[in-house]
Amino acid sequence: MAIGNPLHNLFGKSPIKPLQEHMTAVVQCAEALQAFLEASIADDWVAAEEVYDRIHATERRADELKKQLRLHMPNGLFMPVSRSDLLELLSVQDHIANQAKDIAGLMLGRQMRIPEILQDALKEFLGASISATQQALKAINELDELLETGFTGSEVTFVEELIEQLDELENRTDILERNIRHQLFQLEATLAPVDVVFLYQIIDSVGELADLAERVGGRLQLLLAR
Amino acid sequence: MALFAEFGQTLIILACVLGFFMAWGVGANDVANAMGTSVGSRALTIRQAIGIAMVFEFLGAYLAGGEVTSTIRNDIIDPALLVDSPELLVFGMLASLLAAGTWLLFASMKGWPVSTTHSIVGAIVGFAAVGISPAAVNWDKIWTIVASWVVSPLLAGVISYFLFRSVQTLILNSANPFANAKRYVPFYMFGVGFLIAMITLLKGLKHVFKDIGVSMSFAECALYSALFGAVICLLGTLLLSRVKKDEVADRFNRFASVERVFAVLMIFTACSMAFAHGSNDVANAVGPLAAVVNVVKTGAVAGKASMPPWILLLGGMGIVVGLATYGFKVMATVGKKITELTPSRGFAAELGAAATVVAASGIGLPVSTTHTLVGAVLGVGIARGIAAINLRVVGTIFMSWLITLPAGAALSIVFFILFKAIFS
Repeated sequence: MAIGNPLHNLFGKSPIKPLQEHMTAVVQCAEALQAFLEASIADDWVAAEEVYDRIHATERRADELKKQLRLHMPNGLFMPVSRSDLLELLSVQDHIANQAKDIAGLMLGRQMRIPEILQDALKEFLGASISATQQALKAINELDELLETGFTGSEVTFVEELIEQLDELENRTDILERNIRHQLFQLEATLAPVDVVFLYQIIDSVGELADLAERVGGRLQLLLAR
Repeated sequence: MALFAEFGQTLIILACVLGFFMAWGVGANDVANAMGTSVGSRALTIRQAIGIAMVFEFLGAYLAGGEVTSTIRNDIIDPALLVDSPELLVFGMLASLLAAGTWLLFASMKGWPVSTTHSIVGAIVGFAAVGISPAAVNWDKIWTIVASWVVSPLLAGVISYFLFRSVQTLILNSANPFANAKRYVPFYMFGVGFLIAMITLLKGLKHVFKDIGVSMSFAECALYSALFGAVICLLGTLLLSRVKKDEVADRFNRFASVERVFAVLMIFTACSMAFAHGSNDVANAVGPLAAVVNVVKTGAVAGKASMPPWILLLGGMGIVVGLATYGFKVMATVGKKITELTPSRGFAAELGAAATVVAASGIGLPVSTTHTLVGAVLGVGIARGIAAINLRVVGTIFMSWLITLPAGAALSIVFFILFKAIFS
C-alpha cells in the first residue's frame, strides 16, 4: 500500500553521505602512495606491488561508489545544490583516485628508481600533495553540517576558510614542485634520458594530485555559491 | 416516509458500516502520512506516534471537526432541490461512501497516491450532478474547495519555508546553536498551543458554545489561547531541561544535540498534526454518515441540525481501529523512508502543514492533509534544508487528482442508481 504513498516517495536518497564515502576512499588511494614510495625507495618491489594492489582495490571501490551515486541522482531530484555541480564534483574527486593509481602503476611497471638526492624532496612533495587531498576531504566532510544549516551563515564561512587553507596547501606544492624540478634538471646529465623523462612525469602527476584537490575545493565553492 | 419506516434501520446500519469503513481507511493510510514525519525523524517511536495519533485525532475530530463535517453533509449539495425527495440524499450519501471506499481500496492496492478528501468530494458531486441535477450542486462551494486544494499545499509551503528560515537565523547559524535552541524552541511550542487553541475556540467549538449558551469575543479567545500556549510552553520547557548536550554525538555532527532539542518540539507538532488531521479528515467519513442518519431520523432534509456525538465517536473509533490493524505498518514503512528529515526540518514541515489544515478546518474546507504536508516539505526544501526531494511526486499527486475526481464521481453514480433500484 505504501508504494504509492506520496510522502514515502517524496524523499530521495541523500547524495551527501555517498559523496563523502567516495572522497574518503579516494584520499585513501592518495595516502597509500606514501607507503608505495617508501617501498620503491627501499627497492622492495614485492611490498610495492602489495601497496599497488591495495590502491587498485580502493580505486575500484571508489568507482563503484561513483556509479551508485550517479544512479541515485535522477533528473527529477530537487536538491539544495545543483545536480550538475554535484556530479562534476564527484568526477573531480574520482580523478584523484585514478591519478594515484597511475602514479603507482607507472613506477611499478618501470620499477623506477628515485635518485638518492631527490628522495627526500620527493617524499616531502608527495606528502604536501597528500595533505592537500586530506584538506579537501575535510571540506567535503563538512557537507552534512552545511546541509544542516541550509547552506547559510557561519558554516559557509567556516567551509570557505577550509577551502582557503586548501589553496595555500596547493600553493606550497607548487613551490616544492618547482624546486624538485630544478634539482632534477641539474641531475639530468648523470641519468639515463628515458628515466629523466619519466621522473618528470611522476613529478608532474604528484603535482596534479594537489591540483585536483584544489579543484575539489573549487567545485565545493560553486555548490555554496548558488 | 414509508421508505424510512420500512428500511430506516437498514439504511442507518448500512451507513454506519460504510462510514466506519471509510474511517478505517483514513486511519490505515492517511494517519501514517501525518505521523510518519515524526517517526522518520526519530522524534517518536511508532508506539508513541500511535498513542498520540489516537488521542489527538479524536480530539481534533471532536473539538474542531464540526465545520468540515457540516460542509460535507450540507454545503456541497443544495438541499432546496431535495425537500420533496429526501431519500435521494440518503441514497446519494450511501453511494458516495461506498464509491469513495471502493476507489480508495482499489487505488491503494494499485499503489496510487489518492486522497480520501478528493474521493469523497468527487463522489458527492458525481451523484448530485448526474443522479439529481447539475443545479443540485453548490458549484460556488465546489470551486472554493477545489481552490483550497491548490492553496493549501502552497500556503503550507510558505509557512514551513519561513519557519525553517527562522530556525536557520535564530538557532542553526548562531554562535551557540544548542543554547539558542533551548532559548527559542519554547516560543515555537507556544505558537503550536496558541494556534490549536485559537482555531478550536473560534471555530470548532462554536456549536458547543452555542448549545451551552457561552459566547466569547475574539479578544477572549485570544486570551485563553495565549494562556493555553503558555501552559504548553511551560510544559515544553520542563521537558527541554532534561535534554543535555551530548559531546560524543556532537563530535560526529556538530548539530546532534541541537536536533535533540528539536525532537522534543516535534512531540508537540506531532500532536498538532494529528489534531489537524482529525479535524479535517474524519469529516470525510462522518459527514455523509451524519447526513444519512439525520434524514432517516427526521424524514426531511434539514438545513442545519446538531450532530449526534455517537457519530463522531464512531468515526474516531474507525480511525483508531484502522491505525491498530494496518496503519502502524504503513507508518513504519513511511517512517523508515524519511529518515533524511531531521527534527529541525520535520517540525517546520509539520507545523506549517498543521497550521494550514487546522485553518482550513476552521473555515470548513476539506483539504488533503497528505498533499498539504508534501507542500510543506517542499517549502523546507526550497530553504535548502533537505538533501534530495523527488519532484516527480508532485506530478503523481496532480495525476491522482485528475483520476480520483472522475473515478469517485463515476462510481458514486453507479451505486446511486443501484441503491435507487434496490430500495424503490
